[in-house]
Amino acid sequence: MSRRALTAREAGLLSCHVCGQLARPPEGAVHSLRCPRCRAPMHLRKPASVSTTWALLIASIVMFLPANLLPVMTTTSLLGSQQDTIMSGVVFLWQSGSWPLAAVVFFASVMVPLLKIIALVYLTLSVQRRSTQNLLQRTRLYRLVEFVGRWSMLDIYVITMLVALVSFRGLATIEAGPGAIAFGAVVVLTMFAAMSFDPRLIWDPLAGRSTDPHPAHHD
Amino acid sequence: MPAPAAHLKLPADLVACHECDLLQTEPALLPGQTARCARCDAFIARNPPDSLDRTLALTLTALVLYVIANAWPLVGLDMQGRVVAVTLFEAVQVLWRDGMMPVAALVFGTAILFPLLELVMILLVLVPLRLGRVTPRMAPFFRLVRSLKPWGMVEVFLLGMLVSLVKLSHLATVILGTAFWATAALILALTFAGRAFDTRLLWQTPLSDEAAGVLVTSR
Repeated sequence: MSRRALTAREAGLLSCHVCGQLARPPEGAVHSLRCPRCRAPMHLRKPASVSTTWALLIASIVMFLPANLLPVMTTTSLLGSQQDTIMSGVVFLWQSGSWPLAAVVFFASVMVPLLKIIALVYLTLSVQRRSTQNLLQRTRLYRLVEFVGRWSMLDIYVITMLVALVSFRGLATIEAGPGAIAFGAVVVLTMFAAMSFDPRLIWDPLAGRSTDPHPAHHD
Repeated sequence: MPAPAAHLKLPADLVACHECDLLQTEPALLPGQTARCARCDAFIARNPPDSLDRTLALTLTALVLYVIANAWPLVGLDMQGRVVAVTLFEAVQVLWRDGMMPVAALVFGTAILFPLLELVMILLVLVPLRLGRVTPRMAPFFRLVRSLKPWGMVEVFLLGMLVSLVKLSHLATVILGTAFWATAALILALTFAGRAFDTRLLWQTPLSDEAAGVLVTSR
């Protein structure tokens, strides 16, 4: 990789996140800039990226516990009543022999949210430390986090369909539990956290601290 | 509004990578080719053949499938002669009535509202373009398409539905409804529409000389 490669920021240019237009900000103007082509708000980097990502990450870590400990649904049948957490749902699938689906649900509902939080914590910390290690790997990790995040919604849909379908009064009913709300919150919060992280911050330390005409603002 | 900076003509093919900010020249792409960032391998641009017509055709197809997927029952359950069948919206209503408003709202947004909005917005942008009427007014619609995209989760929903059906298969006979197949087809149409869409089509109108390379400051 050439060290002489120039970034838009080093060239004093902003790129529009919507249409890709490059533009040079007028002298002294930093705030409320808009793209000359599509009128989208323009920023050098996502505003307050690091602090916003941290806030959303902390919120999702807080919600992660009730999401996994509280029951996500209650099944009432002739045999009695049974409460299920995310994990016991996976165990049920495993024991009933559908282990490919058990693996899918375990991955989407347990592993993805957990690994996503860990990955974003690592990415945000490394950006704050202005690390110049593993730049490409970290960018790939970010892409992966963005790509797989949506699949954690799986269990929310499973619960929705189970609750809607199993409503045979007297025979069996399924109701959603409070864990489902917390779980939905984790999915939404981690998605927002991934969106607020600016992957360009990973590469910014390469520009060099001394020669940088526009120092990055890590709020 | 601050005075425009010294006139600056940027080469039209100069782009900054959205993920690492590297300035580079976007190569002329043959139909079917994709350009990626020289440094971080991020997606830069694609030249899908016959983009406008194909995207329009696939989006209209998706809209028809969307209507079917939402108007007909998704799945039914036959338990000792008692049949329950639900549409997606009815499933959301059951959750809402059970007091799971946040979860119901999440499912309504990600599986019903946002996919529809995305389809409508794409049509609002592409139909005028197809008719040769390019207005700057379509830019906000396109921005909305972009921000809605991560929140439309039809494919996750379909997998969630499959998981719930496996969980129920020991309990009752599962009947796949018309909307189930329509949803599966909708996912294909959405995927291919996304692949066929060359967003550069939207920004082909050249900027006026004064606007090129100079940022507009709002208010």
